[in-house]
Amino acid sequence: MQYQSFLIKYAEIGVKGKNRSDFEVKLVDQIKIALRRCEGKFAVSRKSGRMFVDAEGEYDYGEVTGALQRVFGIAGVCPMKVLPVVPYPELSAAVGDFFGEEYPERSVSFKVVARRLDKSYEMNSQELDAALGGDLLQRYPSLRVDVHRPEVTVHVEIRDRIYVYTRVLPGQGGLPVGSAGKAMLLLSGGIDSPVAGWMMGKRGLKLDAVYFNAPPYTSERALQKVIDIAKIVARYTGTIVLHNINFTEIQLYIYEKCPHDELTIIMRRYMMRLAEKIAARTDCGALITGESLGQVASQTLRSLECTNAVCRLPVFRPLIGFDKEEIVAISKKIDSYETSILPYEDCCTIFVAKHPVTKPISDVIERHEHQLDEKIDEMMERALGTDEIIIVTESGHRILKAREDDLKPGY
Amino acid sequence: MTAKEIYLDNSATTRVFPEVAELVSRIFLEEYGNPSSMHHKGVEAERELRRAKELLSGILKCQPKNLIFTSCGTESDNLAIIGCARANCRRGRHLITTKVEHPAVLEAMRQLEGEGFEIRYLPVDRDGRVSPEQVTEVLREDTILVSVMHTNNEIGAVEPVAEIGAAIKAKNPDTLFHVDAVQAFGKAQIVPRKLHADLVAVSGHKIHAPKGVGLLYVGDGVKIQPLLHGGGQQGGLRSGTENVAGIAGMALAAKRLYEHLEEDRECLFAMKAHFLEKALAIPEVSVNGRAGKDSAPQVISLSVPGVRAEVLLHALEDRGIYVSSGSACSSNRPHRSATLEAIGTPEERMDNTIRLSTSVLNRMEDMDAAAAALAELIPMLRRYTRG
Repeated sequence: MQYQSFLIKYAEIGVKGKNRSDFEVKLVDQIKIALRRCEGKFAVSRKSGRMFVDAEGEYDYGEVTGALQRVFGIAGVCPMKVLPVVPYPELSAAVGDFFGEEYPERSVSFKVVARRLDKSYEMNSQELDAALGGDLLQRYPSLRVDVHRPEVTVHVEIRDRIYVYTRVLPGQGGLPVGSAGKAMLLLSGGIDSPVAGWMMGKRGLKLDAVYFNAPPYTSERALQKVIDIAKIVARYTGTIVLHNINFTEIQLYIYEKCPHDELTIIMRRYMMRLAEKIAARTDCGALITGESLGQVASQTLRSLECTNAVCRLPVFRPLIGFDKEEIVAISKKIDSYETSILPYEDCCTIFVAKHPVTKPISDVIERHEHQLDEKIDEMMERALGTDEIIIVTESGHRILKAREDDLKPGY
Repeated sequence: MTAKEIYLDNSATTRVFPEVAELVSRIFLEEYGNPSSMHHKGVEAERELRRAKELLSGILKCQPKNLIFTSCGTESDNLAIIGCARANCRRGRHLITTKVEHPAVLEAMRQLEGEGFEIRYLPVDRDGRVSPEQVTEVLREDTILVSVMHTNNEIGAVEPVAEIGAAIKAKNPDTLFHVDAVQAFGKAQIVPRKLHADLVAVSGHKIHAPKGVGLLYVGDGVKIQPLLHGGGQQGGLRSGTENVAGIAGMALAAKRLYEHLEEDRECLFAMKAHFLEKALAIPEVSVNGRAGKDSAPQVISLSVPGVRAEVLLHALEDRGIYVSSGSACSSNRPHRSATLEAIGTPEERMDNTIRLSTSVLNRMEDMDAAAAALAELIPMLRRYTRG
């Protein structure tokens, strides 16, 4: 069975009032981007509150539905049969054929829901429901009618053409990427941050990402792993601009000057500061982290207060109320889990104290940070200068700006 | 990266000799025929194979018919162990090996355990060595195969394989003896007959030939069951079109290495001694296993307390010096090294071991540079330690 067309259902953008058309335009863009990678030619159109993807010729059904089902903003994808506007007897025969192909076993309960938008058609919606239902029952006697909880709903829409569909493939829901602006994701090699990025992408944000590496403590493969993870997130969110920042010098300076049980918290404060600076350069309106309340010492309420205190931009923490198992479940669903658990050290784990503070006090942390006053500003500048910019798409990555640093700290 | 590249990870893999690369490329472009084809292109390719076999059998002092070409050292070990066990299972189901073997041997043994074979894994002493007595003590009437490596890949321990082979044959002449010589071939004289070995595994890419080619010596009358089934090449023992270019390359690389074996060994030993003299002067640095003429000339395993091996590896890499870590370890998933465990390395030292492995392409200056870099980096890295 080759469906000629797909009806795109979008729940949330339907209720956005005057902005609706903006959202729809963004969604059409995202659909076009998603289909660009699919074999075949497609036309995306909006007609009186409906969105259609028409296939022109051959295509790979699984590839196309898979791509559409990943587009944020789509609630459901309905593969359809398309007919010209034909008189009732022909319509009934075509609906019968279609139903027979869709449900070869034919022992299901069903109802027909017809919508006649073309008021010139010979029968109205109610008449069509009754007539088509009757014809289907007659043709396939093993069917049962159930108007309350049918297993199959046969939709028939009469517009400039007649659309027939019985299946709704679930989409991701949410809002089209870019409709909510752009934000900077703090991406590590772990399980949480890609999930956080995916969740905010689902709420319509376009993503940039920043990764802090610490050679020689982290390896080239750790960066490759982060690129691979960004690639997976990009399947949903589209192109991600990844900023790779050399953090070694700052990390070692903190190690030398500050109490070791505060290393992680101070380090995270500097990561937030750097992320915010890059966000300002790239016009991001928020930061996104994968923090989850109480998961580790640096994610207690007091620790979050301390890391939050250094930012002016809003920090989105979509996982804040999630258990690890819930996060893992999403990470498996979006397919980042297998990559996330590859064993490469990232810079958050290399100098972890045995007993890091869990109730840091902002004043104390600030006072200790003053011990960094002598060199930290120039180090921050240098770190920002190391910014390697990597364009990550679903299918690959390329380096837009290579590392410029000659940053060879005395380890 | 730094100007000069100093490659000291030759036990992982080696740079292909330029003349080998040339030969391989010529065969790719000109003598590209299938050795099984009837026409001239096939005959030409077959001639390359025959030449390679003659060269290699000359080095191993055996007959060309004793050689089977494989895709890698791992395949050679698997074919030797699994092929031999399956072919001889009616005689017995008992095999003996050591705890310090390469995974290509250990995992093949595990596979056999799953098939109902009984495997005895012998412990080693602090230098990573197993004795002939240990083997004969557990050798039984129904022991079909003993597998002992010639040179350990991690610490460079050289096992007394000739003595073990002799002891096995004295006690049970029916027991077959397999020697994994992947790390030894090209660096030591390997004559299966003198080792009393029935099976010997060799890999191409450890001896400056391309990846994707290996060799298995199979003694006269030794029965093995093939792992790959197909067109019946190589007497049906290893179906699949031969990797003509890789095989020819492996033979040429071996020829080059064995032309000056003794001088080269002396050179490698001198580089090892010279390096160790400097490296062991760094506080608390020690060498794993033996380091003298009774060890492998090309492998140096160092313990560096207070420095994580992976960090040291990346710091050396920053200076263009490539080594490997004794046991790749990370916060998420420690990969334990069977050899380091077997020689009784304490838990807290497992993560502090680096391995340098040389080849004939290295020079004394490389060792000086590596030792100097270590002397500079180790104290620096020790300032920053975990928690």
